[in-house]
Amino acid sequence: MAAAAAGDAAGAAVLAASVRDFVAGQQDGCAAEVAAGVKDGSWTVLQLVEALGSCLENTDPRMRGRGIQLLSQVLLQCYSHLQEKEVLHLVLFYENRLQDHHLVIPSVLQGLRALSMCEVLSPGLAVSVLKTIFQEVHVQSLLQLDRHTVYSIITNFMSTKQEELKGLGADFTFGFIQVMDGEKDPRNLLVAFQIVRDLIAKNYALGPFVEELFEVTSCYFPIDFTPPPNDPHGIQREDLILSLRAVLASTTQFAEFLLPLLIEKLDSDLQSAKLDSLQTLTACCAIYGQKELQEFLPSLWSSLRREVFQTASEKVEAECLAALHALSACLSRSVLSSDTEDLLDSFLSNILQDCRHHLCEPDMKLVWPSAKLLQAAAGASLRAYHCVTHNVLPLLLEQYTKHPQSSQRRTILEMLLGFLELQQKWGHVEEDESALLSLQGPVCSVVFSALTDPSVQLQLVGIRALTVLGSLQGFLSPSDLELVVDHLIRLALCEEDSQSSEAAMEAAGSLAPIYPKVFSGRMVPRLEEELQSEWEEESSGEPHSPRQRCLQALAAVSTHPSIVRETVPVLLQHLRKVQKESKARSRQDMVSVCQSLHRVALQCQQDEESCWYFHQTVVPCLLAMAVQAAMQESTHLLLGKALLEEEVLAAMVPVISAATTHLSPELAAQSVSHVVPLFLDGEVSFLPQNSFPCSFQPFEDGECLEAQRRLVALLMAFVCSLPRNVAIPQQERLLRELLALSCSCNCPFTATTAAKCFAGLVNKHPAGQQLDEILQLAVNRMEPGLAQGPCRTQALTLLLWVTKALVLRYHPLSSRLTDKLLGLLGDAELGAATADGFFLLMAESPDVLHKGCHADVRIMFRQRFFTDNVPKLVQGFHGAGPDVKANYLKALSHVLNHLPKPVLVTELPTLLPLLLEALSCSDRVVQLSTLSCLQPLLLEAPQIMSLHVNTLVTKFLSLTSSPTMAVRIAALRCAHALTSLPTTVLLPYKARVIRALAKPLDDKKRLVRKEAVAARGEWFLLGSPGR
Amino acid sequence: GPGGGAPLENANPLIYRRSGERPVTAREEDDELPDSIDDREIFDRGGPGRGRRAGRGRAVQLRSAFLNAANLIRSINDPEHPLTLEELNVVEQVRVKVNDAESTVAVEFTPTIPHCSMATLIGLSIKVKLIRSLPERFKLDVHITPGTHASEHAVNKQLADKERVAAALENSHLLEVVNQCLSARS
Repeated sequence: MAAAAAGDAAGAAVLAASVRDFVAGQQDGCAAEVAAGVKDGSWTVLQLVEALGSCLENTDPRMRGRGIQLLSQVLLQCYSHLQEKEVLHLVLFYENRLQDHHLVIPSVLQGLRALSMCEVLSPGLAVSVLKTIFQEVHVQSLLQLDRHTVYSIITNFMSTKQEELKGLGADFTFGFIQVMDGEKDPRNLLVAFQIVRDLIAKNYALGPFVEELFEVTSCYFPIDFTPPPNDPHGIQREDLILSLRAVLASTTQFAEFLLPLLIEKLDSDLQSAKLDSLQTLTACCAIYGQKELQEFLPSLWSSLRREVFQTASEKVEAECLAALHALSACLSRSVLSSDTEDLLDSFLSNILQDCRHHLCEPDMKLVWPSAKLLQAAAGASLRAYHCVTHNVLPLLLEQYTKHPQSSQRRTILEMLLGFLELQQKWGHVEEDESALLSLQGPVCSVVFSALTDPSVQLQLVGIRALTVLGSLQGFLSPSDLELVVDHLIRLALCEEDSQSSEAAMEAAGSLAPIYPKVFSGRMVPRLEEELQSEWEEESSGEPHSPRQRCLQALAAVSTHPSIVRETVPVLLQHLRKVQKESKARSRQDMVSVCQSLHRVALQCQQDEESCWYFHQTVVPCLLAMAVQAAMQESTHLLLGKALLEEEVLAAMVPVISAATTHLSPELAAQSVSHVVPLFLDGEVSFLPQNSFPCSFQPFEDGECLEAQRRLVALLMAFVCSLPRNVAIPQQERLLRELLALSCSCNCPFTATTAAKCFAGLVNKHPAGQQLDEILQLAVNRMEPGLAQGPCRTQALTLLLWVTKALVLRYHPLSSRLTDKLLGLLGDAELGAATADGFFLLMAESPDVLHKGCHADVRIMFRQRFFTDNVPKLVQGFHGAGPDVKANYLKALSHVLNHLPKPVLVTELPTLLPLLLEALSCSDRVVQLSTLSCLQPLLLEAPQIMSLHVNTLVTKFLSLTSSPTMAVRIAALRCAHALTSLPTTVLLPYKARVIRALAKPLDDKKRLVRKEAVAARGEWFLLGSPGR
Repeated sequence: GPGGGAPLENANPLIYRRSGERPVTAREEDDELPDSIDDREIFDRGGPGRGRRAGRGRAVQLRSAFLNAANLIRSINDPEHPLTLEELNVVEQVRVKVNDAESTVAVEFTPTIPHCSMATLIGLSIKVKLIRSLPERFKLDVHITPGTHASEHAVNKQLADKERVAAALENSHLLEVVNQCLSARS
């Protein structure tokens, strides 16, 4: 007992000392000690109050304030330790203090805020605190922080004592109105707006104070606030706008006050005020009904109409249309009592009355604004749609007939199309109500007439309309459908303009899945027939030739599994024919067929069955044809030779790849068990035609097997596109064969392909001993090859591809290989090719080693490559001899060009000197890629670039007379981009640049002149009024 | 600006379609060939299939420079409407005459209404755009299409007067409006 008492006494002494130090000694740190004492039980809050005793009664308000400040700071840390009874006493004490000197009030409020967070607050205390605050404190004369404290107290009580506060009735609302009336600080406003939102959302009684509550918030509308520069609070204008909008649009009770305000602000000169008003109106429509809107509809409509008719801003127009859409939706949705009139009809008829006649003037400016208004209103509900279209569709059809000019018809049909697209929103055509259905005949005849019009622009709109009509189920009759297909065939094959022809093919592609029978029964046979009938005629291989068109159309229409089964055999049949025929243009024809097959393959990918059908049908067929051609080649027959040309094989690669990437693992495994033995063991039995004059052995030595070896391209297309989890039989043997081929083959096409295939497989090979062995083998073959001998180029190609494969997957060996490449940049013979190879390392390769063919690609590999190697490149550049310096710059510019721009901007300061040096390099590839690097930097990092303005201006201007057009264009674009630097930096150069840019205005190339005009025009505007 | 201020002189003018970006041909991308020999341009002149070999030389050159000049002015903004001069048909290709060999350009423009108070300003904008965009060797003539404006002669006289044009561009208010007409649309 005695010890405890002694302890207490010691504690009391410590406490008293701390209090004294805080109050008299002005040592703020003591508050933490005192609070810690409360928390660990050394003393109680009551003891603290006693220790403060004399100080709280001191006559000097500063002393009193200091005392209360200590108590409040302690409470803020310890409020959760308080007993209910302690809270009661403290609340009474603090309420009483609210009447004290104004210097004391901030600390009193802090204490009350601490107490407002107590869970053990006795009933009635919250109301009592708030009442006292409302009564005693003139909140708006406090400092921002103290006002914020008041809002926090209110917020705290609202979240814990909702029922009690509601007991205050409308007095609470009135009290709060007085608290926030006149608030200016954006930080406080955000809190105050939130309180108002809660008042409304949680159904506090507003009583007679609805208008006052509206006034006290709406006086901030529209928000006009620009955050100060370097604002530490991070409050944006948009935060306030959204927060206030949430208040204003939160209740129908505000409607009668808010709508006139919005109408008034819509007329403002400030675009931001217009936009805010429109967006707020749209937000209100979500909760308003007919009752709230009724009185204001005429003025709202006339304001919206005025804005859409007059505005220059697309943003204002879009917001007006959104608001009109919302109004129309709101009226459509309103529940009516039996004796009220439906306002939707009268509202829409107002709109129709004001817009209708403009639709009859397709040359005048207001035609489109009117159509857009009508479409916005019509799109809000099915009812609105019927009401508007009943009126407008017959009018548009009539106008189409009245106006014979194609350009006018195009405008009218485009409007009609807009209404048809709206119908799509509701899917099916309802029989009894739809204006559209009753106009089926005239609509079809208008659209069909557009399709036969000589104007391409009108045809294009017609084709789009056709697509929409076709997608409305039940709209087109079977006989119309046949007509549609006939039109599409005609446009696709015979229309001179390629735009129309392409659009018709696209339309066929999107309608075919809806009507597969009509298209497979009518279009495919016609195309097949055309393809054959055209056979004898010697037409040019231009993309517009009917044969090309047929091939494209066959691919375009293959968008349904049943159609694919019809078109693929036709395409393959055609390929065989072209091969047999062997004419001058065979090569181009084969490439075209492959392009069509590729498109079909892509369209099949999502449907497992079609995908397998395509794979099973096309891949063996292509392989068989190629093997056959290669055999004939080796027996010195010229027939079918075109098939083995690089261009044709390269066109087959994407077909096989696209047919393989989406196979399921089981089916892929089935296929790989045929294809790999074909190449390794000459196992031809699975091919459709499998009797060949000799054996297929592409990996064997021998002069006459050159043609067979080229087919490694097809092996690559298949085996590098397989999903990663598909096991490849005899993979190690295959890799060894590919490695040998890539290092020794004299044909660059074959060697490169073998290297790519090897790299593609290595990239996906699971890590482990087997991989390490095969990589070691590759290194062992490359190194002597690179050192000397006839195969240095092949060895370099292999090194590049293997490096790429490993860089992509972050394989540890990749850095060693990259260093090897960096070393080769200084090689007199291979340096230039190595520098070009950096493009290959960084760029996305189209056929292997990309995500689409399941390669292992880490997303940040470019950044990583940059970080690891750019310092070495820079170092290499500085150490290199003059004849190979350009190689380093070229490699660097390839790396930089592929780096994401944000990364580039941050790395810029260290690299800029080198880039500026690169501008003086005579290599045009370096110039071009440096310019294309600098151009975005000028736009994104003008401050850093400003430091070098003198060099930049000089170099850019001198490059505008480069002999290479692309360099001239890039230099002019950079000169243009320079104008985004700060004007003051540029003005000293203005006259010189304008003079220098006069010369490219007379360039012999139109594209250069175009850039010169743009750049020079912008320089003229620099520092000039009205820019 | 639009929306506030005085009502527009002509609120619902006739509008015309923009001709769109001219597509770039493979030939234009060829570094070696000057663009005055341009198949596409000849093709447009002769219609499909004809005139493929004919019409090289001078006529073609004219066509090329003409297209260029028409392209330069078609995208100038109207001082009053949010539309380009092309959309309002104030400028048309047929009213632009270029002689590349003699280095002359003549542009006729047509105000939307005969009392358009903006006519001088529009003419000035066209003139300034051409000064800024054409090689210096060109002599420029910008005037109103005969019979389309009440004070046609007065406006033409002002536009032809070098000193007055220069003086107008010293006037910072005028220069501001002209620059706005020549700025890219926001």
